[in-house]
Amino acid sequence: MTMEIVKAKTSRDDKQMLGFMLIIVCYLVVALALPLYAILSKSFKNHDGDFIGFANYLEYFSTPALTYSIQNSLTISILTMVISVTVAFILAYALNRSCMRFKSVFKVIALVPILVPSLLPGIALVYLFGQQGMIKSLLMGYEIYGPIGIVISEVFFTLPHALIIITTALSIADSRLYEAADSLKTSKIKTFFTVTLPGARYGLISAAFVVFTLTITDFGAPKVIGGGYNVLATDIYKQVVGQQNFEMGAVVSLVLLLPAAVAFFVDRLVQRKQVAVLSAKAVALEPKPNKAFDLVMLGYCLLVAVFILGILFTCQYAALVEFYPYNLTLGFTNYQFDLMDGGGWDSFYNSLELASWTAVIGTIMVFLGAYMVEKGKGFNMGRGLFQFLAMLPMAVPGLVLGLAYIFFFNSPNNPLGFLYHTMGILVISTVTHFYTVSHLTAITALKQMDREFESVAASLKAPFHRTFRKITVPVCLPAILDISIYLFVNAMTTVSAVVFLYGPHTNLASVAVLNMDDAGDIAPAAAMGMMIFYTNAVVRILHGFLTRGVLKKTQLWRIR
Amino acid sequence: MSGQRTNSYLKIRGLTKKFGRFTALSDVELDVDEGEFVCFLGPSGCGKTTLLRAIAGLDIQTYGQIEQAGKDISDLPPSERDFGIVFQSYALFPNLTIAKNIAYGLENEGHRKSDILKRVTELLDLVGMPDQSDKYPSQLSGGQQQRVALARAIAISPGLLLLDEPLSALDAKVRVKLRGEIKDLQEKLGVTTIMVTHDQEEALTMADRIVVINEGVIEQVGTPEEIYHTPATQFVADFIGTMNFLPANAIGKAAMNDLKVRIGDIELDCDYDEQLLGKQVLASIRPEDVVVGNNHDPADRNVIEVKIDNIEFLGAFGRATLSSTQLGAVRFMADFSANLMRAEKISRGMTISVSLPSQSIRVYAI
Amino acid sequence: MMKFKKTKKTIGTLVASLLSITAFAATELTVYTAVEAEDLKKYAARFNEDHPDININWVRDSTGIVTAKLLAEKENPKADVIWGLAATSLLLMKSEGMLEAYSPKGLDGLDDKFSDKSTPPSWVGMDAWVAAICVNTIEAEKHGLPIPSSWQDLTDSVYQNHVAMPNPNSSGTGFLDVSSWLQIFGEDDGWAFMDGLHKNIHHYTHSGSKPCKQAARGEVAIGVSFAFRGAKSKAKGAPLEIVIPSEGIGWDMEATAIVKGTNNLEAAQTLVDWSITDKANQMYNEGYAVIGKQALAKPVEHFPTNIPESMIDNDFEWAANNRKRILTEWQNRYDSKSEPKS
Repeated sequence: MTMEIVKAKTSRDDKQMLGFMLIIVCYLVVALALPLYAILSKSFKNHDGDFIGFANYLEYFSTPALTYSIQNSLTISILTMVISVTVAFILAYALNRSCMRFKSVFKVIALVPILVPSLLPGIALVYLFGQQGMIKSLLMGYEIYGPIGIVISEVFFTLPHALIIITTALSIADSRLYEAADSLKTSKIKTFFTVTLPGARYGLISAAFVVFTLTITDFGAPKVIGGGYNVLATDIYKQVVGQQNFEMGAVVSLVLLLPAAVAFFVDRLVQRKQVAVLSAKAVALEPKPNKAFDLVMLGYCLLVAVFILGILFTCQYAALVEFYPYNLTLGFTNYQFDLMDGGGWDSFYNSLELASWTAVIGTIMVFLGAYMVEKGKGFNMGRGLFQFLAMLPMAVPGLVLGLAYIFFFNSPNNPLGFLYHTMGILVISTVTHFYTVSHLTAITALKQMDREFESVAASLKAPFHRTFRKITVPVCLPAILDISIYLFVNAMTTVSAVVFLYGPHTNLASVAVLNMDDAGDIAPAAAMGMMIFYTNAVVRILHGFLTRGVLKKTQLWRIR
Repeated sequence: MSGQRTNSYLKIRGLTKKFGRFTALSDVELDVDEGEFVCFLGPSGCGKTTLLRAIAGLDIQTYGQIEQAGKDISDLPPSERDFGIVFQSYALFPNLTIAKNIAYGLENEGHRKSDILKRVTELLDLVGMPDQSDKYPSQLSGGQQQRVALARAIAISPGLLLLDEPLSALDAKVRVKLRGEIKDLQEKLGVTTIMVTHDQEEALTMADRIVVINEGVIEQVGTPEEIYHTPATQFVADFIGTMNFLPANAIGKAAMNDLKVRIGDIELDCDYDEQLLGKQVLASIRPEDVVVGNNHDPADRNVIEVKIDNIEFLGAFGRATLSSTQLGAVRFMADFSANLMRAEKISRGMTISVSLPSQSIRVYAI
Repeated sequence: MMKFKKTKKTIGTLVASLLSITAFAATELTVYTAVEAEDLKKYAARFNEDHPDININWVRDSTGIVTAKLLAEKENPKADVIWGLAATSLLLMKSEGMLEAYSPKGLDGLDDKFSDKSTPPSWVGMDAWVAAICVNTIEAEKHGLPIPSSWQDLTDSVYQNHVAMPNPNSSGTGFLDVSSWLQIFGEDDGWAFMDGLHKNIHHYTHSGSKPCKQAARGEVAIGVSFAFRGAKSKAKGAPLEIVIPSEGIGWDMEATAIVKGTNNLEAAQTLVDWSITDKANQMYNEGYAVIGKQALAKPVEHFPTNIPESMIDNDFEWAANNRKRILTEWQNRYDSKSEPKS
């Protein structure tokens, strides 16, 4: 008897899949790990590039003007977290557990904020509550510039994210629990606190952390409506752009990285538990009509809808008014972007280009990567590294990534330096920035496929690429389309990473909104922001038709 | 005990599979003849699926060799082995029609389109599903889907057909019907087949030989009859069918070929390994092997007077729980056919005498 | 079109340009600038009237950002020429050794203070860009605010919460304001003045033109900004009054320089030569009252007329050398406006 360990011969398929995976690992190393290393090492160096240990950090923590921002960032993030999760929970409750009318309409409206840059609500708030605000009196003398404005903007911006997570958590509720509670004559309120809330707890925690992370890393809202209220994200921008103090920018970046990373890892932990709850077999809950309750919920949803649509309408109105508040005639002068900062109409076309490239390249890369790591065999260390790198972008704020790219790609020794200021680097940074969610979508779709497909295919001597083309891609097509629209929409709206990276010919619409607002051209900024919204809305609708068409054509098998 | 033969189609030698510290299979040795239908039977987690996946190359063993048709395939990836496989989940490609599913492997072999079409039609006929070729898997019932999966697996005429719990996801009636069909098909094609199952009925009805596996070790290899009537180990005896286990002492004289077991106050003739003499053992007998009647052979020393404590009605027969003052606290079960019970007017509370035929008693070490 | 007309004039140039079209078309200059976006097309077009063979690729951003970009790219410069950036920023770059010294043709005609003191100069000036106060007359009246006439007036508590000014940490104009106040009032009184002003500040902006644009929209009553921006907004119909404070006004130059290491040195020099021509100066004069060749200057509509005499004797070297110290001090004093106003 031989006791030699049997080493499996790698088939050509395995080798090829490993090769593909390694290519994508290399991409993630170059586009993520090395830039992050560059920013880390920068924070320990002085202006001349000498290593000075923690001196920059000491300077940072002994500058009260800078450390106040930590407190401010935490304050607005926690406030936003509480408000956004509460609003989203009631909304999700109304959409899941009531029999009110127009549910699908409200669902669509509630997801609209995903389609606009985070700068837009701030602009609307200036028109609504600023010194010349249309409904300024509602604020009862309080100042919109500062924490109030930031929090309202962030609630608008984070609401759909929280809603999606909480809706999922509520929709997995087991109706048998409610029947049991009912048969035990439990009061509705007690049932709510003993069944509904505990059932959705992981969703709530997860939503809270996602909102927290989105808020603390967001740069758009504090920039537009923050006034003198400094937060970490705007500090990075100020350090780099205002003071050319890249080392301090790197330090603030790493300070910002910390809470974002902690929130991210806690969220991952919670998500895992949520999955465990999900896999349990439950009987779907069918809400029963209750006139009074349904009416209250309808009223609530109307309020939320008014809030969301109000922000959009305000921006559209602002974009069309000639010279608010002194000349209220409507016209298109504010659309003469070529006369403004921010790169003119070209920036809009550049954004379209960026979004398209990001959607195409990103989707291909993310899905291939997920496939290789999920279905390939062997080389578990590389696989583990891949999983880690794929999850990392979620924990890295866009501003930090953007700054890291400057350090890494603009170093004279970097052979990839030619990418600097090109569309290429914008695509790379955007794909990387939004890698994690796309990756998780792909992995989920792949996991839902029968894991024996590959075994059967191997026994039938089908090379993996054939099975990938013929089976995997068609079956996962809805998820693939979801990934591409996610990447497209985010590439249109993102500001944070690209604000440090755009070049003379690669101005972007979202950055133009920022720069026009920065220069005081707030009406054109609103106009450009709405252009982004309309583009995303149209693409979203096209995506809807496409998905339906594709499903109809290629997925006949889904219908029984 | 050992499944070793010479000139067999599939040879497994010293196969061990470890998952970290856990040993899923330990030193497995097995030979399968060409054209044979072998079942791997055992409780869940016993390692039977692990063994199947090692044969397929899906999860390569830690140690040991596998040889198929004279060729060492121990370290080959699945794509370089010669087998067709059917899973419990069917694993039909949901976006392909039935015909396309079956043709999938044929297309990889580069046949002409017309040939593929002909073969697909043939296979659909073979599995009893003509005229279904344009449907999608989700439009079929579970049994139909499994037939398609089977057709897909045999389409490429593999040397070895592997079936991983193919019937477990199906309704009881479909299961019975399909197991007959699979067996017929296998016989018709003569393809060497290995099926993994945890269902003894399936194994007993379908297999030429059964490999009983427990905790990563082969307990017994044998024909269904051998496995049922002469279970080699207590585990096999217990796992297959119903068995009475009676604590006993092995007594008697080996030289005089006079071996007995003592249970309570009585001694029963039986046959066992002499090494057990003088030890505490378990004497076992199947309930249906217990014989009723007073008119038995006077030479039969294994007759006991028993009282019927209870009768469980099970349709075609009744399962009686019997006790006896001679046996002390020990009780055992006996199956009486409905006819017999009617003829003998057997009922609860009665006292009857039964015989435990010596050839039906098997003795196991504790 | 334009090119067509020109070629029609002289057949000689037609032939010449046809012959050399391939050679000429190749010159692309990457020009970094902080010139107002709405003027960029005009600047390039005027330049191309004389030099159709050089194509300008603008990289436009606010002073702070362009400066930051240039410094970030120090090791690996992307720009060929800087045309229209604050002289203080260019001084900073000069001290980092990033500029190619060059004595453009016609340098003699330029006012002395409009060029770098070294020979050959590292940069040459275009026009002066002066601080000013933008007052929204409608808002001022509504809140009962008198029109201020001096910087010191702005510290009056009547203006509390009605003033916006640029943050010097991110805005070139903001730094110009702060450095000029320190020169006008002296170091101690200058900070004392800013302490008083800080009490009245509603918010600090990132950009220099924003306070004036906000004043134009009535978002604040008073914006500390620069005169050019005020005049532009006024031309668009904003109810603005542009005040040149009596103590004098800080100013900075928009200037031009060649980036060291450019691959297009010849074309870069051509552009710098052109940037100080009479034609260029007249072009600057369309928006700016004070230009490099002041003798050519004509009054600009909506611009206050007393600008040249109000301009302080700005010490750019001092401002550039003390930049970091001033900004740090400013940040420590005022940048925590994050704290709720009490």
